Amino acid sequence: MTANLHLWLIPLLPLLGAAINGAFGKRFSRQLVSAVGLAGSGAAFLYALWIASQYSALATAMPIVDKTLGTWIKAGTFQADFAFQLDQLSFVMLLIVTGVGFLIHVYSVGYMWEESGYYRFFCYLNLFLFFMLTLILAANYLLMFIGWEGVGLASYLLIGFYFTKDSAANAGKKAFIVNRIGDFGFLIALFLLIQHFGTLDFTLLADKIVPLGSEAGWGLLSSIGVLLMVGAAGKSAQIPLYVWLPDAMEGPTPVSALIHAATMVTAGVYMVSRSHVIFDRAPQALLVVAVIGCATAFFAATIGICQTDIKKVLAYSTVSQLGYMFLGCGAAAYSAGVFHLMTHAFFKGLLFLAAGSVIHSLGGEQDMRRMGGLRKEIPWTFWTMTAGTFAIAGFPFFAGYYSKDMILWKVSQHNPILFGFGLLTAFITSFYMFRLWFMTFFGERATAEAGHGHHDQAPAAHGHDDHGHDGHGHGHAGGHAHESGWLMLFPLVVLAILSVIGGWMVGGGEGFAKFLSPVFSVGLAADPTEVAGGMSEGFVSALATVAFLLGLGLAWFLYVRRKNIPAQIAQNLGGIYSAVLNKYWVDEIYATVIVNPMMAISRTVLWQGIDRKVIDATLDDAAAGANQLSGEVRKMQSGNIRSYAAWVAAGAVLVVGYMMWMGAAR
Amino acid sequence: MTPNEISYSHILPEVVLSVFGMLIMLAEPMLGERASRKPLGYLAFFGTLAAGAATLYQAQYPGFAFWHMVHVDAFSTFFHLLVIGVAAVVILSSLDYVEEETVHAGEYYGLVLLGAVGMCLMSSAVELVLIFVALEISSIATYVLTGIRRKNAAGAESALKYFLLGSFATAFFLFGVAMMYGATGSTDIPNIALTLAKGSIPGLVYVGMALMFVGLGFKIASAPFHVWTPDVYEGAPAPIVGFMSTAPKAAVFAVMLRIILQTGAPGWLYLIWGSAALSMTLGNLGALLQTNVKRMLAYSSIAQAGYILVAFTAAPQEATSAVMFYMLCYAAMNVGAFAVITFYSGKDERRVHLEDFAGLGATNPLLALTLTIFLLSLIGIPLTGGFLAKFYVFQVALKANMVWLTIIGVLNSAVAAYYYLRLVVAMYMKPAPEGAVRVAAPLPMKIALLAAAALTLYLGIVPTGVLSYTTEAAAQLLTAPAVKVVTGQ
Amino acid sequence: MPENYYIRYLPLVLHLVAALLIALPVLVLTTLIGRRKKFAQKMQAYECGITPTGDTRGRFSVKFYLVGMLFILFDVEAVFLYPWAIILKELKMFGFWEMLVYIGVVLVGFFYIVKKGAIDWGETARVSVENV
Repeated sequence: MTANLHLWLIPLLPLLGAAINGAFGKRFSRQLVSAVGLAGSGAAFLYALWIASQYSALATAMPIVDKTLGTWIKAGTFQADFAFQLDQLSFVMLLIVTGVGFLIHVYSVGYMWEESGYYRFFCYLNLFLFFMLTLILAANYLLMFIGWEGVGLASYLLIGFYFTKDSAANAGKKAFIVNRIGDFGFLIALFLLIQHFGTLDFTLLADKIVPLGSEAGWGLLSSIGVLLMVGAAGKSAQIPLYVWLPDAMEGPTPVSALIHAATMVTAGVYMVSRSHVIFDRAPQALLVVAVIGCATAFFAATIGICQTDIKKVLAYSTVSQLGYMFLGCGAAAYSAGVFHLMTHAFFKGLLFLAAGSVIHSLGGEQDMRRMGGLRKEIPWTFWTMTAGTFAIAGFPFFAGYYSKDMILWKVSQHNPILFGFGLLTAFITSFYMFRLWFMTFFGERATAEAGHGHHDQAPAAHGHDDHGHDGHGHGHAGGHAHESGWLMLFPLVVLAILSVIGGWMVGGGEGFAKFLSPVFSVGLAADPTEVAGGMSEGFVSALATVAFLLGLGLAWFLYVRRKNIPAQIAQNLGGIYSAVLNKYWVDEIYATVIVNPMMAISRTVLWQGIDRKVIDATLDDAAAGANQLSGEVRKMQSGNIRSYAAWVAAGAVLVVGYMMWMGAAR
Repeated sequence: MTPNEISYSHILPEVVLSVFGMLIMLAEPMLGERASRKPLGYLAFFGTLAAGAATLYQAQYPGFAFWHMVHVDAFSTFFHLLVIGVAAVVILSSLDYVEEETVHAGEYYGLVLLGAVGMCLMSSAVELVLIFVALEISSIATYVLTGIRRKNAAGAESALKYFLLGSFATAFFLFGVAMMYGATGSTDIPNIALTLAKGSIPGLVYVGMALMFVGLGFKIASAPFHVWTPDVYEGAPAPIVGFMSTAPKAAVFAVMLRIILQTGAPGWLYLIWGSAALSMTLGNLGALLQTNVKRMLAYSSIAQAGYILVAFTAAPQEATSAVMFYMLCYAAMNVGAFAVITFYSGKDERRVHLEDFAGLGATNPLLALTLTIFLLSLIGIPLTGGFLAKFYVFQVALKANMVWLTIIGVLNSAVAAYYYLRLVVAMYMKPAPEGAVRVAAPLPMKIALLAAAALTLYLGIVPTGVLSYTTEAAAQLLTAPAVKVVTGQ
Repeated sequence: MPENYYIRYLPLVLHLVAALLIALPVLVLTTLIGRRKKFAQKMQAYECGITPTGDTRGRFSVKFYLVGMLFILFDVEAVFLYPWAIILKELKMFGFWEMLVYIGVVLVGFFYIVKKGAIDWGETARVSVENV
């Protein structure tokens, strides 16, 4: 028995910050708003560090459950508490979320300083931390769902932060709705869990599910697993629900770094890992997870090749890397997935922040074709971004190298096809990241005019979302780039160091897996870290390193050495190229197949059919004066009520008919 | 001497409400033409408080009265408090509205109270003819209230539509009652339950159930009897829409629970299934593109009725409890949302379009914040009552193996986020138009709004007390002592 | 109980069918073969024997409907006195008090309409009627 850690305080601290800034921020000075915002996130981080310092004392007693806040719902036999839980998994997540979260808060002070609605931004950011911490510390699915919906809400508010732009408001709404579709799966999974196991508490569920054997065919646990994966696909931007994430780049860059790279989008991976007891017994569901992850990783990476907006490249890269994490989880190597989640939080957070610094230094320019040669002008940003690029591409002994190898190695033991695609994706990742690196920092800066005729991009391909600017209208684009202030550089440096040593620090994949094994070995006969067979780890590492080198070499060849080749390739590939460039028309397909028909039904049948033609007409005419009612209108009006009555009567006939049939069929 | 079946304590809230209603009707013509009607409003509010107290007093004496016509139990107490609470909030939020709109303020308050009499009586009546009478009391009051802005063409039209169609639907109900009597020889719900439990159910029961469902389905605006809703809600005064979309609906749901579940009548399962699925889908689809906020909420209320109907497909006790909980959450959030619209729409309800709400977050933070809470609850975001209510309903439905209905419902609630969010977006993410109103809400309105918002959040955060009450009430309802058959004297 | 419950309603159905069989042909046949001639006298409003003056659609003051409606209301309420009178002896004083309450409620309504000027037929009342 350990002392009460008062885990509930951790999410509450940022909530307090959000409440103060939300209520009084309007009257506060910017300094005070920043102080409150930083205090909210910083206090949570310090608390997490304090827990870390207690870790050795706690390790034996994990998981620790804190029920200080008491019962939430009690209806019949079902009960859900406001209970928080700390084990190795949530411990890792806690440090990532509070640590990276705090760094990004610091960065935001510098980045957002000039924006109007400064207090609102910090209020939302703190609110987001509150929900995210609730999500990862929850001890049951229902409380987790609060955080789950809450981060969606906060993300919606932050994406739409530049709300004077229609595209931003629409992107926010799109993110929210797509997430709701995903939540549909999550909710049904929860209902099934309640129906069959009577509880949503992680520990109690594990007790009930562990004795069940592995499902040979398609059973209950497989259904629950797949439904959970639907939820995870929504939140973590996997096929087929990934479409919202690239649009979400309309939000301010710190938001992209925090929510759409480091933390919120990884909630799905966390949730699948948290549900490992279910997935362990549902190999079919695991296969679904792995296939979705692999497909997403590969497709998103190919889209990344053709993007020219620096944030869009990173967005598709995030989708792709999230696919990697699911690929790891799908191979039952949850610790590998979570490991990649952690390293990804470091280097992708870094890449976004560095990209933000680039954008900031160019006064809001996001198009890579108009960048170049920035290496010397903004050296700090250049060097930190270099660390991030090498880490994500898998340069040996950087953070991404360890985690990606771990995933690839585990997958190679499961399924050679998935492994092949994983390796291919590693190569593509390396290629598009170095493409970004070369285009941004090397060569000459292209002028605005030259940018349009540049060889890399067919001009016709400017989709509506290709020009999502960051709302930074400093107005000195094209002029001399300037380095950002220390408030923005400090987080960059810290994250750069973590991107370099983050993997090695925790003892590589095995060390990390060992740390998490108390969580993931629950209910398993053998220690999951020791799976035999397949290729040796060294061989996989060598292959991955080759993929990294090939990508680097190809990017160098195409974007430094022979700059005219990409245009020729684009021309020769024709259809395939334009498919990739247009992101395989997925948005358009969704619009045609789902959104438009629904709107059409709503408009035609309900609005124009009843509302527009009949009702509005009568209302307008009735208002024109009861005495001058023309015969035509009078007919229409009575016809209107009569048609309503006919509806009711028709319904009645249906109802009575059905019931008589029921009565006769007894 | 007083026959011992006559017990005024069993109808005390109704008596109190009637007395206050009549007092207002007496006072109204005594006041000068130009005099403010606010004192009448306060009198009406006081009347609801007194009726609430009467309900709590009455709750100590459960049981039958008036020859098996009325039954006081936890179930009826719950709905009494709900109806009276809604009436109180509506009266508070109307105080300034009726002054501004120059409607017949005295009659307005009187009719709200007298309508509440009918709704209260519906929840405690256990005899079909009395239920019919109570239904008519509540309906006639709402018909008149709908058209109380007599000079307003839309109001008059909507009242006429509501009246004609409403009477049409009530006729179905009455016919159904007759059928039921023909089939079972009784109009007394516990007696009907006894007869049906004996087996060998006559075919007329099915017809009777069907006809009663038509009448009641109309009142709760469930598909396919929903066509009137958008027109009527658009034309009726905003506070009255808040009233008639919650209180009478709650009362009718109470009646449905008694008629469908307490009697244990057969055959209705897939009827409700279809009606629920249709209501949810049509309601949400219709709301998607609405730009008139009142119409949007009208379609939304059709969808919400669908969600509540989903609960009926669960096991009876859980169904009853879920319906009660959902109804309470729905009443809080819907009446609150309409209170905001009442205040903000201004004279002649000029501001009821989506674009009128632009920038409300900046100009009227309190209104915007409370409306956001209500809308988030209608969407079903956790920590609001709306989330738990939906969660509860779908959970018990799935438990009863209503897989497809649950899927339709959850998908629908995902789609629904779209149109509620549009309003939130307008309030917070659009700049306020030139000359936006910056009037602070008057105190009674603030109290009404905060009470509704507080209840919405309370039900989302600490629902256990209410949940255990509804569970208990459901258990009582379904095991209600079927006392010996009583005939006349 | 018979095998099919609805068999009991067979006579009703037969009745319905018979009614339709007779009524429908009559209606259809008259429209098909009947001659239609329109002339002034035929189109006039029917007044038993007197020369009609003007249209059938005369307009009444809205007051007429108002008073008519109020009459029906109070008429119906007064009807309740008959059954009450029959069993008054059994009900004793209880019945007396109950009826007093009932009449009181009716009087409240009466007071309201009188005060509002709803049955005031005079010229002066026309203005206040606007506010009823």
